[in-house]
Amino acid sequence: MNLTILYFASLRESLGMAKEVVALPGNVGSVGALRQFLSARGEAWQRLAPGHNVRAAVNQQMAADEHVLAVGDEVAFFPPVTGG
Amino acid sequence: MEVRVQEADFDVGVETRALSSGRTDIGAISTFLGLVRGASDGVQCMTLEHYPGMTEQSLAEIVAEAKQRWSLLAVRVIHRVGPLQPGEQIVFVGVAGAHRGEAFAACEFIMDFLKTRAPFWKKEQTPEGSRWVDARDADDASAARWLDVESRR
Repeated sequence: MNLTILYFASLRESLGMAKEVVALPGNVGSVGALRQFLSARGEAWQRLAPGHNVRAAVNQQMAADEHVLAVGDEVAFFPPVTGG
Repeated sequence: MEVRVQEADFDVGVETRALSSGRTDIGAISTFLGLVRGASDGVQCMTLEHYPGMTEQSLAEIVAEAKQRWSLLAVRVIHRVGPLQPGEQIVFVGVAGAHRGEAFAACEFIMDFLKTRAPFWKKEQTPEGSRWVDARDADDASAARWLDVESRR
């Protein structure tokens, strides 16, 4: 399953990446599973693991770990917001 | 446009007058203007990042929620992005209603939710280097207290 993933703010900087298109294995079907999958990439990716205060959005709507992913989804990961 | 995210500065007078332009049913306009706070915190410059698309949609949803809670006649939200200097305007919220009660309340409601929900991130440049601003628990508390406030229409 192909997905677009976006990273913002401090997360974008620490990963050195703003956007990627990934082909996910069949067993990665939810936001929580995607967090696990990405956090296994190495040290810098640990922040994506559940419980690290990094938020997720799917197709520009906030999404919990249980959210089921679909082909072509735009997933975004970012730290808590600080606008205003 | 009810919601705008832009690099350019804005004119508070123009934006405020636009809320009631051409109509006579509005009796109250409440506005909030946020500025980049700087020198005392050692901030030389600030950069605002956002999530194009989601940010605008998130602001529109916050405005829609305010309109469900209060009887509002016009709303305008403007948030700047990109590099900003201390003292510069960063955010404007203008709310028009028939009376002041809903205008005051909705203006504060929109700001409280903008600060905790809309995807913007601040990075500050200081003499010691740059740092991403941490989210404040106090902002979450400000937004959470609206959950207990009964809607008044």
